[in-house]
Amino acid sequence: MSPRLPQNGIPPAVRTWGLTRRFGDLIAVNDLDLTIEAGLVFGLLGSNGAGKSTTIRMLTTLLPPTSGGAEVSGFDIQREPREVRRRIGYVPQMLSADAALTGRENLRLSAKLYGIARSQRADRIEQGLAFMGLTNAAEVVVREYSGGMIRRLEIAQSMLHRPAVLFLDEPTVGLDPVARHAVWDHLRELTGEYQTTVLLTTHDMEEADALCATIAIMHEGLVVASGAPAQLKAQVGPDATLDDVFIRWTGGAVEHGGAYRDVARARRTAHRLG
Amino acid sequence: MTSLARVGRRIASASAASTGGFISDAAAIAEVEVLKLRRDWTELLTRAVQPTLWLLVFGQVFGRIRAIPTGSVSYLEFLAPGILAQSVLFTAIFYGIAIIWERDLGILQKLLVSPASRGALVLGKAASASVRGFSQTIIIYVLAAALGVRLRFDVGALLGVSLAVCLGSAVFSTLSLIVACLVKTRERFMGIGQVLTMPLFFASNAIYPLDLMPSWLQAVSRANPLSYLVDAIRGLMIAGSHAAFGLSLDFVVELSALVLLVVLAARLYPTVAR
Repeated sequence: MSPRLPQNGIPPAVRTWGLTRRFGDLIAVNDLDLTIEAGLVFGLLGSNGAGKSTTIRMLTTLLPPTSGGAEVSGFDIQREPREVRRRIGYVPQMLSADAALTGRENLRLSAKLYGIARSQRADRIEQGLAFMGLTNAAEVVVREYSGGMIRRLEIAQSMLHRPAVLFLDEPTVGLDPVARHAVWDHLRELTGEYQTTVLLTTHDMEEADALCATIAIMHEGLVVASGAPAQLKAQVGPDATLDDVFIRWTGGAVEHGGAYRDVARARRTAHRLG
Repeated sequence: MTSLARVGRRIASASAASTGGFISDAAAIAEVEVLKLRRDWTELLTRAVQPTLWLLVFGQVFGRIRAIPTGSVSYLEFLAPGILAQSVLFTAIFYGIAIIWERDLGILQKLLVSPASRGALVLGKAASASVRGFSQTIIIYVLAAALGVRLRFDVGALLGVSLAVCLGSAVFSTLSLIVACLVKTRERFMGIGQVLTMPLFFASNAIYPLDLMPSWLQAVSRANPLSYLVDAIRGLMIAGSHAAFGLSLDFVVELSALVLLVVLAARLYPTVAR
């Protein structure tokens, strides 16, 4: 199946139009229009309950939109969900590697589910392990891994099939600074090596500044600002940081969003990371 | 056309288009279970305690009383297949809680974002439960032989019992998965699991023949898939016994129940992650 192509022949990695998701009376994502060009690292910023994770869940076909629509790599998330799933990688906020399996076994499961040919599987797994610095831990059960190693394994899993778009939901939540910087380094290498488009959500302004070419700030389901980090900082003032940008656009109010389940999930992840 | 029929058609067409992929995806999910069991056998041993007590205590006491007429076989011989089916039921009926755990850990989301069809994921889970059910078979055969139960060891009978046990495990684990999809929390799931288990067990021919039941209970028992599982195992496992409903009907009922439940579960499965 072929994606719909614009005139330049390269479909945007992600395009949404009026994308909306309601949960009862709550509008989690409100009329989102977004275009993410291929090859970029794009950051969705916002406090708990801003709508970042809901947006990712819709784009990864986990959650149907209430109205509006979206295409990922030129495929419609509602009409062609399997085509979308073939072209994306996803690292959820929770630590999703199976703790009872070894690193290699986790990778082998992903390789099978993504239909990587048997003849290529072993090589891809070795490459993934080497790229993420996990070769020596390949036969170790994941429950023995550190938090940073688990995140690297999950990124390796999500990249095995060479996806066009990689979705990372708070990839460094709960990690110590050393592990966080290691994950950043691997993400930079990965986008350089495979030209993968990365869409990540984060609360962490330093992370957004370090990784993202473009960011969008979400607040109460709406995108309230978007652009390159430098451009957004310049709009606020000469010495402004992304924190200042964030406070300006979200009103600096103490966060009031975020369902109990979201907060519990973040805490559970942090707890698992020790 | 009902939505159920539409889902059935979609699953059927997906499987027809890529039967190999469908089966290999399901096998990949089941393989994970084998790897986990190979690493930790303690669960299988602890699960063997309850059927052991039923056979040793209940079976021997009721065998001595001779209160239940069981025709040409002893009560213990009548009971052994019922206890194997009970063990399959009790192991499988709580299987659905695993997907609630997997949702909370992010494993489920990662499976759902893969291109594997929902039907294959559900069938893979059912096959995983069959692995556990089959391991119970070995334990109960050893125990029954030690208690002097006259067992059939011809290849056809052993294969038939294995098939029946695998089908029964798949049926009840998929039923359990549907319950988990509907209730979504561990607490509610455990409550409903308890409510389901005993009526399914006592409204079956596992520990007494159908003829002894009042007519209303006979009607319930004839609509209970556990009765057909017990009947098939009884007809194949015990020397001198036969399947009261007929082996063909037993297998047709189990297989039909499995297809229906897998179709329904494939539709409900993604809703757990929403």
